[in-house]
Amino acid sequence: MSLTLTDIGRIANLARLELSSTQSERMLGQLNGFFDIVEQMNAVDTTGVEPLAHPTAVIDHVSLRLRPDVASEPNNREANQQSAPAIERGLFLVPKVIE
Amino acid sequence: MSRKQIHEMGVAELAVTIADKQTSSVEAVQALLARAKQHADLGAYLAFNEDLTLAQARAADARIAAGERGPLLGVPLAHKDIFVTQGFPTTAGSKMLEGYRSPFDATVVSRLAAAGAVTLGKLNCDEFAMGGSNENSAYGVARNPWDTGRVPGGSSGGSAVAVAARLAPAVTGTDTGGSIRQPASFCNVTGIKPTYGRCSRYGMVAFASSLDQAGPMARSAADCATLLSAMAGPDIDRDSTSLDHPAEDYSRLLGAPREGATAALPLKGLRIGLPREFFGEGCAPDVLAAVRAALAEYEKLGATLVDISLPRTQLSIPVYYIIAPAEASSNLSRFDGVKFGHRAAQYDDLIDMYKKSRSEGFGPEVQRRIMIGTYVLSHGYYDAYYLKAQQIRRLIAQDFQNAFAQCDLIAGPAAPTTAWKIGEKSDDPVANYLADIFTLPASLAGLPGMSVPAGFGDGHMPVGLQLIGNYFKEAELLQTADAFQRATDWHTRAPSGF
Amino acid sequence: MSKQQASLLVQGYEVVIGFETHAQLATQSKIFSRAPTAFGAEPNTQACAVDLALPGTLPVMNREAVACAIRFGLSVGSLVAEHSVFARKNYFYPDLPKGYQISQFEIPVVQGGEVSFFLGDEKKTVRLVRAHLEEDAGKSLHETFHGMSGIDLNRAGTPLLEIVTEPDIRSSAEAVAYAKELHKIVTWIGICDGNMQEGSFRCDANVSVRKPGQPLGTRREIKNLNSFKFMQQAIDYEVRWQIEQIEDGHAIQQATVLFDPDTGETRAMRTKEDAADYRYFPDPDLPPLVIARSWVDEVKAAMPELPRAMAERFVRDYALPEYDATTLTQSPAMAAYFETAAKASGQAKMASNWIMGEVSRRLNNEEKDIAQVPVSADTLAALLKRIADGTISNNAAKQVMDAVWVTADIVDENDTLSATAMVIQDVDAVIEAKGLRQMNDSGALEKIIDEVMAANAPMVEQFRAGKDKAFNALVGLVMKASKGKANPQQANDLLKQKLG
Repeated sequence: MSLTLTDIGRIANLARLELSSTQSERMLGQLNGFFDIVEQMNAVDTTGVEPLAHPTAVIDHVSLRLRPDVASEPNNREANQQSAPAIERGLFLVPKVIE
Repeated sequence: MSRKQIHEMGVAELAVTIADKQTSSVEAVQALLARAKQHADLGAYLAFNEDLTLAQARAADARIAAGERGPLLGVPLAHKDIFVTQGFPTTAGSKMLEGYRSPFDATVVSRLAAAGAVTLGKLNCDEFAMGGSNENSAYGVARNPWDTGRVPGGSSGGSAVAVAARLAPAVTGTDTGGSIRQPASFCNVTGIKPTYGRCSRYGMVAFASSLDQAGPMARSAADCATLLSAMAGPDIDRDSTSLDHPAEDYSRLLGAPREGATAALPLKGLRIGLPREFFGEGCAPDVLAAVRAALAEYEKLGATLVDISLPRTQLSIPVYYIIAPAEASSNLSRFDGVKFGHRAAQYDDLIDMYKKSRSEGFGPEVQRRIMIGTYVLSHGYYDAYYLKAQQIRRLIAQDFQNAFAQCDLIAGPAAPTTAWKIGEKSDDPVANYLADIFTLPASLAGLPGMSVPAGFGDGHMPVGLQLIGNYFKEAELLQTADAFQRATDWHTRAPSGF
Repeated sequence: MSKQQASLLVQGYEVVIGFETHAQLATQSKIFSRAPTAFGAEPNTQACAVDLALPGTLPVMNREAVACAIRFGLSVGSLVAEHSVFARKNYFYPDLPKGYQISQFEIPVVQGGEVSFFLGDEKKTVRLVRAHLEEDAGKSLHETFHGMSGIDLNRAGTPLLEIVTEPDIRSSAEAVAYAKELHKIVTWIGICDGNMQEGSFRCDANVSVRKPGQPLGTRREIKNLNSFKFMQQAIDYEVRWQIEQIEDGHAIQQATVLFDPDTGETRAMRTKEDAADYRYFPDPDLPPLVIARSWVDEVKAAMPELPRAMAERFVRDYALPEYDATTLTQSPAMAAYFETAAKASGQAKMASNWIMGEVSRRLNNEEKDIAQVPVSADTLAALLKRIADGTISNNAAKQVMDAVWVTADIVDENDTLSATAMVIQDVDAVIEAKGLRQMNDSGALEKIIDEVMAANAPMVEQFRAGKDKAFNALVGLVMKASKGKANPQQANDLLKQKLG
């Protein structure tokens, strides 16, 4: 599976990254090199094998813990916003959102 | 008999010295902060907060004065900059989080603080824990004190350096694909990655959610056990992947022979499996030699060596390098310049702001992994890559279970080579990925793994022996390593000048 | 094609609609964090570290949100999945702090089910594909700050149940009827407060058209339909627009559109590039949700009677028309009010008429909810009994209601009716006090009729000669002569008798 520059552009856009044409070329080479290794996986017969999403599921039933419905978090706005790039009247400011 | 200097003491010794009031926590902290500054060129530390550190030390001394005792009370240590801390900035080794102040502490940090440990500072690491050399840090390389022209390993590079150069008696690190075990091996340090879910991930800047684990690095298995006992345990309220197993005393088996063994042969009955895939041509001869010599010592202590196979070892590379970047690409989407983190100074509109902020904030390796991750999750490729990788992951985990039918723990090199020169591999990301081959399998299976100093290879560079146990067998791993460390002294060696 | 189906065609096209509804679950805390969910707080005062996606934060699931999903699943006859999985839906937007939404993709918590309702006389059933749990996003304010948008993340993390139908709906009226029934269900079982102005119940309609017998047309999605009134308008406009496009030879492009209530038009949103590639994968921070059979059984045992079942029971047991039954089961409070009044008075249909009529009218005028009705169901029942036994006429009853309603407004600070008001709730006392007692004494009535007939002989002659209108005039005179106290039915019957 060989990627093209178009793929690089599409993925970069999805990931909200901006690559110069030199960077895109380099990235293309590196990713294609990487995916050559990945081809090994095709040879493995995985019919009927459940994906292992949570490692210890191999030995234990892993299920989601549920917490009681209690609103115990106090208002911590100032501390939470101390590293924010742009705040006004408690709101996070961003370039205008156009629908 | 002249007393050891503070930086020469490990955790246990320092704790006793402070408890006996032969030195105070404040004095210990001052000595180590001065030493850290003296060796700033090693690039181990990223941040200090002296006022806070001294305040913590004073509080610890007060607790001691009040009669309290504890194995970590007043003991200085440092945290990998992946753990968020209120009193110190957290960068995760990235420009994206330059100056970031967290309003809360990581659970692991809080637990160590509750036990009375004092934070010296934050430690350098590969950006967002992605890397095996600490060359991916946005804040400069960290240098291996055994040869400062060489890498310390990564991603917990700063952590390994701090312990090896005696800047701190113990530190925290994180291990996703080997990031505790490999740098420990490169720097002659003891480190352990526990069973996945044993330590809380709350407050660890997320890289790969199903792989990340916190763990201690120190000068001995005994010290690691002390730290792990404080760090590990359920965090039901905050981490849904934290295992609901009660906290353990990981020191409980130290110094005692195995059940059915004797003091002379403390490891009698222990079957150590040696995967043939770990001992083949992929491994440098000097590393193999040191590892085999170390294994011979284990035999002298009564252990039996058994040949086993982990047939899908090679596959762990593509499997890991699909799963980890996939999870990372999603975990790093929160870095968008909106709520925290770097925002570009110039941009045309919202999308441009995202692109510029992220491209400026993330280094090349992080961007590369985000690209891989985004691609393997994207429409049309999910089944062939991500799903397939997770299926093979289960097979890899099953291979380990098959192996544990024939042995009690598995041993081999932690890395195929000793530390390479800074800059030597930075142009070839894939070569870096291949170097993870021995640590990735245990990460994928979620098994606990240690690296234990085992001797030296060419150029007097350290070699670590990796020990992998079955789920929840940390105490046994530590016991085995501790038995070895009582009979040998590799782990006590310090680089010259340190 | 049936006559009914044919009658639904718009300019010869069949309308095909599927609905997606996001119901905000009425929990105290958010789905994955412990921040409060109350509406209307100062910006970002209810967005904790987890909601803001601060580095190192992780989700922890709210038990009550799952309980709500189970209750919903049981209400619509669907399967409550024993195992379901949370997945990440990845996209970038300022109101989405993590850059992904935790939702459910391949394996949702509720699967299948259906919603039935009446559209006019016809019973309709819309099949559900699924309902799944997910987290809400924050909000972008309309007001701008130096040209920038302000983001409030208080809403981020509020639990949502997304309810998806098959494309079974065939008209805008049916769509509104479905939405109203769904709204009734979720509020009835208490999982959602149903406040559409506050965004608790948000509907998206997927609309397409086709010539009958043809494959499905390309659909466009009308997002954020937050009022039933605009819902119908928006769908109607969209349908006409699509038909016009097709008739003009243009293909319909898949798009997301917004309805503008000011212009009455739907308008395509700026397309979010690559919006379709959400890169769903199971969330590694959340193990699979396991719902034991025993939990489902527990919830089932505690479920109230559902509105549709209750409506069917009203039709069966009280011989009510379907329309009445549906109206009376609009809320548990309304239904309970009706049943109490019906049982106490023995006059179910009369109770229905009065509740849907007089009582509702007065409540609407005062902008009150049935929960705030000042006249108890027992008082209403007493009133109905007095109509039924002929003590008072319908008109007189309205006057009694006036008296009882107003005085019941006299409440003290503990919200209890004052002692005086309690007394006035005695219907009989009001009837006596106002002299509203109908004349039932047939003797006295006959006397009046005789007098009226005698005094209006020409009119009597006209009637006997075949002029029927004269009868009504005579009845009117009898009523007047009795000062309105005559029982109209009785007057009618007796007059007929005497006229021969």
